[in-house]
Amino acid sequence: MLTLYGKSFASRLILGTAQYPSPNALKQAIAAAGAEIVTVSLRRESSRARTGQGFWALIEEMGARVLPNTAGCRTAKDAIATAKMARELFGTDWVKLEVIANDDTLQPDLFGLVEAAAALSSEGFEVLPYTTEDLSAAERLVSAGCKVLMPWASPIGSARGLINKEGLKSLRAYFPDIPLIVDAGLGAPSHAAEVMELGYDGVLLNTAVAKAGDPAKMADAFAKAVAAGRLAFEAGLIEPRDMAQPSTPVAGTPFFKIDHAS
Amino acid sequence: MKILLNGEAFATDAATLDELCARLGFGGAKIATAVNGSFVAASLRGTTKLDEADEIEIVAPRQGG
Repeated sequence: MLTLYGKSFASRLILGTAQYPSPNALKQAIAAAGAEIVTVSLRRESSRARTGQGFWALIEEMGARVLPNTAGCRTAKDAIATAKMARELFGTDWVKLEVIANDDTLQPDLFGLVEAAAALSSEGFEVLPYTTEDLSAAERLVSAGCKVLMPWASPIGSARGLINKEGLKSLRAYFPDIPLIVDAGLGAPSHAAEVMELGYDGVLLNTAVAKAGDPAKMADAFAKAVAAGRLAFEAGLIEPRDMAQPSTPVAGTPFFKIDHAS
Repeated sequence: MKILLNGEAFATDAATLDELCARLGFGGAKIATAVNGSFVAASLRGTTKLDEADEIEIVAPRQGG
């Protein structure tokens, strides 16, 4: 089970709700993924279009737990105000905290992130910070009150997979008891399996499913990869080695002569 | 008076934030609000007076990653 802030979930795949070709494609993808948590956001509401009202009806119908984000916020102040609006709007203390440093990489501004995480934690929020694999930032976030960390694999929407696998391994080793979820940068189910094989607790993704030719089928593929990677981690992977080692017993090999052994 | 509503110039004589939301047809809608960069809870909209050049944000749920 995936346990985040005292709540347990059978699925370790958290799905974003943006960029799907249609509301129906979103519904089918969430169902195919078996996702119990979905990320949502908030945006300015037009009194004419009232776009958000229809979207909210769709999410309520799905019945998944929502994880509101602060996407697009460039300062701790904006992220804090956005988180407070989200808490009232969605009725949850959970927040996927994003403080973005620049538009090209959408990388987290770790300084603003720590500042906002501390302020929000002190006001009762349960913060899930979108961070990097940086160990000292992770330590500061945990000290600020975060009980979950969500490092990126690579930049949001880049589909490049794990660009610093060693860094992610170090983070896992350094924080054995903090739930770790890779958030952002995954493009293929094999990336998700790789993350889970490292012992990560879950995966959060959006673009790779939403922009797939068949989002529901890709959601199913990611769900299977996440489950397979988790099983592999629990089973215990063997260590890689430099040289070959026969898997078939050597003893009793037909035609074997000792002379040929050297 | 002139305010900035969701980033755009807007003329209104609504005295409070609650009144502004109601006039925009947001009574009962799923929205959240902020004034001049700070969150204003739904329960405080009725006592939040609007001033010239206030910057108002009215937001609603949206798709997100």
